[in-house]
Amino acid sequence: MRERTTPLPGTPLSDAAVHQGKVLTLEWPSSLRYAWDTGVAVGRFLSELKRGRIIGRRCHRCQRVLVPPRMFCERCFHPTDAWQYVEDSGTINTYSESHIRWDASRIEEPILVAVIEIDGASGGGLLHYLGEVRAEDLRIGMKVKAVWKPAEERQGSILDIRYFRPFDSAQDRPA
Amino acid sequence: MRKVAVVGAGLTRFMRRAQETGPELAWLAASRALESCELNLKDVDSVALGSAPDAFDGVHMKGEYLSAGAGGWGRPVIRPYAGGGTGVLMPVHAWFNVASGLSDVCLVVAEEKMSTCHPHPQGAFLTIFDNILERPLEPNLIWIFALEMRRYMETYGIAKEEIALVSVKNKRNGLDHPSTHVAEEITVEDVLESEVMVSPVNRLDISPVSDGAAAIVIAAEDVAQRLTDKPVWIDGVGWNLDTAYWTNRDLAYPSYVERAARMAYKMAGITEPRKQINVVEPYDPFSYKELHHLEGLLLADKGQAPKITADGVTQRNGDMPVCPSGGLLGVGNPIAAAGLMKVCEIFWQLRGEAGRRQVPGQPKVGLAQAWGDLMQVGTVVVMRVD
Repeated sequence: MRERTTPLPGTPLSDAAVHQGKVLTLEWPSSLRYAWDTGVAVGRFLSELKRGRIIGRRCHRCQRVLVPPRMFCERCFHPTDAWQYVEDSGTINTYSESHIRWDASRIEEPILVAVIEIDGASGGGLLHYLGEVRAEDLRIGMKVKAVWKPAEERQGSILDIRYFRPFDSAQDRPA
Repeated sequence: MRKVAVVGAGLTRFMRRAQETGPELAWLAASRALESCELNLKDVDSVALGSAPDAFDGVHMKGEYLSAGAGGWGRPVIRPYAGGGTGVLMPVHAWFNVASGLSDVCLVVAEEKMSTCHPHPQGAFLTIFDNILERPLEPNLIWIFALEMRRYMETYGIAKEEIALVSVKNKRNGLDHPSTHVAEEITVEDVLESEVMVSPVNRLDISPVSDGAAAIVIAAEDVAQRLTDKPVWIDGVGWNLDTAYWTNRDLAYPSYVERAARMAYKMAGITEPRKQINVVEPYDPFSYKELHHLEGLLLADKGQAPKITADGVTQRNGDMPVCPSGGLLGVGNPIAAAGLMKVCEIFWQLRGEAGRRQVPGQPKVGLAQAWGDLMQVGTVVVMRVD
């Protein structure tokens, strides 16, 4: 077969060839902006964050409390039935320490991130940062609680929660 | 429905940065696939075209942009999309075209040119996260892999060393692949000592960003038998999507891959996959993903894929060779093209034409699988040679 007998096509470029202008390139910086409508379910969720509370939607058919909330249950394919406040605490489902930014550049102070199963929600929950803890002390199953921005700084954003910190639920104070 | 076969395949080199444009890469792979089965464009009834996010290219009509290079001029062209799962979704759509009788010959082309996006194509992945609730946290794609990998490791008590064996195997296998730009002999220690990206993911756990293209030719039974004495039948196709609310899911087990596999197995009459499937190309963008996917494909018990890897079962000369091509870790990862490269590999393996990569024992049944989006898409094809 030809695959084995002839070299494969394609011309790899070296960084030098590009930088020295041996091949022509054209740069085009994108300058578009987007303004997303946050929707019925997440719009309410964000307005509750601004008030320092986390809210979900209950589906009476499958009995799940959905966080993030949605106005329809994707399993029952039926409207969800009621708003329901959940706790601002939860359990670490999984965690990680990121040494790179969103654009793959290295960062000096690694970021701690986790999937947090929110107390009162049905399974899973939110992606967020962790704080007031060292990476080596983290474990799956650890209880954590939201650290909120001061009320006057909240804007109705997921960033109204600064991060989640380890939390001793029996004593309601930092572990 | 009509029987459907793969009759030809072609690849470009995979490269960190190619001089060729996307349409030029598509042309190189498509024309090679047609040459390999001695067909011309006039023999092609339809084109199935695959490419991952438009954000890599900054060209927001990528299907139409690529179509001329993919043989689409004056033809019905379709561009299905399922993120990283796209490469194996393409042959599924070609199968529709041919099994239904709409086309006798469908040309399948997958192209990716990630190098266009600056400063790093990783930045384009920010746009796949939930725009309201996750993007403000400025996540990168490696976060979700790291989070899933940790959950998988802790659920089953798997050590990082066991997972690193996948990188060692695939990067070595890739040394025999003419498309590779990342193959090398490495050790488990090399993986563990490579730069930590997002713990527990190190640099050598990750496939690279690449430019490249792949193509196959799919034909109806009568055409296939006229063209070749070794048609590779597509016996089963399956695909499945889980919810994009990925933080609401079980991260230790890819149930959507299992649902896709069961769909393909049922169609192909596979009742005992571990006995009936001889060679496997699961999607391996990250080292642990090969293990995760073997379990989802029911080719290993839950949490046991590391054990069969350590036992050598998945080596090229093992009882169930896995990623004999070298996979994404060992060849490269031009996203949609990497998935279709896996289908090319099964095609060559089942025909006994994989050269130095050939697995022993004249395999009769093979499987290719890809995965994508927010850890939610499974795409599977089961292929067989008489």
